[in-house]
Amino acid sequence: MAKTHVTMKVNGAEVEGLVEPRTLLVHFIRENLALTGTHIGCETTHCGACTIDIDGMSVKSCTMFAVQAQGSDIMTIEGVANADGSLSALQEGFRMMHGLQCGFCTPGMILRAQRLLKENPAPTEAEIRMGISGNFCRCTGYQNIVRAIQYAAAKINGVEFQEAAE
Amino acid sequence: MIPGPFSYHRPATVADAVKLLSSLGEEARPLAGGHSLVPMMKLRLATPEHLVDLHGVAALKGISRSGNAIVIGAMATQHELLASDEIGQSLPILHEIALLIADPQVRYRGTIGGNVANGDPGNDMPALMMTLGASYRLEGASGARDVAATEFYQGAYFTALEPGELLTSISVPVPPAGHGYAYEKLKRKVGDYATAAAAVVLTMADGKVATCAIGLTNLSETPLLATDAAKAVIGTSLDPATLKKAAEAAVAIMSPAADARGPVEYRKHVGGIMVMRALSRAAACAK
Repeated sequence: MAKTHVTMKVNGAEVEGLVEPRTLLVHFIRENLALTGTHIGCETTHCGACTIDIDGMSVKSCTMFAVQAQGSDIMTIEGVANADGSLSALQEGFRMMHGLQCGFCTPGMILRAQRLLKENPAPTEAEIRMGISGNFCRCTGYQNIVRAIQYAAAKINGVEFQEAAE
Repeated sequence: MIPGPFSYHRPATVADAVKLLSSLGEEARPLAGGHSLVPMMKLRLATPEHLVDLHGVAALKGISRSGNAIVIGAMATQHELLASDEIGQSLPILHEIALLIADPQVRYRGTIGGNVANGDPGNDMPALMMTLGASYRLEGASGARDVAATEFYQGAYFTALEPGELLTSISVPVPPAGHGYAYEKLKRKVGDYATAAAAVVLTMADGKVATCAIGLTNLSETPLLATDAAKAVIGTSLDPATLKKAAEAAVAIMSPAADARGPVEYRKHVGGIMVMRALSRAAACAK
């Protein structure tokens, strides 16, 4: 099958490559660009481990072809940290609140939570839970992931993080 | 999992998309959001030789009002429906249902056109479109035609779409101001397809039901319009005996499959309960 030339912006850098039409975006990111922070979990559009940010949307990159991302602006977990290399508010939240155990779902969780907080800077707990309903975690039971996102929201909004009473 | 090889086409106009679909024949499939088709391709349950990606066709986007109808482009995503004030004001039940479809990531990509055209009995929008009296614009090489949602579904994954035809937009008559609405969907988890679901749109006058339509999701090979159940509630105040009668009339036309969501008897039983709950909630929010 003839290959197609694609160009897109990934984490601020212009990238290009030759792909078959059937090449999934997640494979292009991991194998052509060697950005392996984006994980492949279920491969059936359920688990959200491959979630990236593309043109202002959270997308499961296993369910899109690389040719469809021609000209798009993408962020993966490798582009999340602050420009000076320090942790973003969400990364810090996941660290401080123990929002991960094995870490497999974490890149997708953080990219999804980042878009959620852009659209809704002060979400309720219920809105956070609905907002990450396309991301599966098999370790934490989600409690600490929700806290991590609450921590990040507080930090971004410049207010003190207060844990809800048990 | 890697899909089989295919040729990728990205037309910029409806005319070019239709031309591609009709000239490439049955081995070509239109690609909308892709969240049903791409997983099937990865499992090699679908192996189209050509994909005609509709994302480059600007004319398929957009939500607009045309007289007393809302016209929704086939490529409008569930996310765009949720963000639309026009939909929120005129067709609030569409917001309620869009929020029950899959998860946020899928809603950014998944389109209303794909949802209604795919013919998957588990999809939520088809029963609602039947309930609202919507019609679909189908465009093919020989021109365009409008098909009522109630005439569109022929079997699981079988629809009135002819080879080479594309569903380009949906026209939904706006229900009267003050109408009541509800979609009750029983599911195993957030984002799942319905075990059983019922859509109700009704109007009330002097505490009694004046008009009513009831649609059913995933309770047969196609979405169903429960006309006898709707008739049974007209002129009543939805007392418990009437609700039971309506549920029985709806259950009588259900023929769900037995699958991981439960055996036939269970799905019919909860289907009746969804009808009763949707009727009660719709009446409570009617003005």
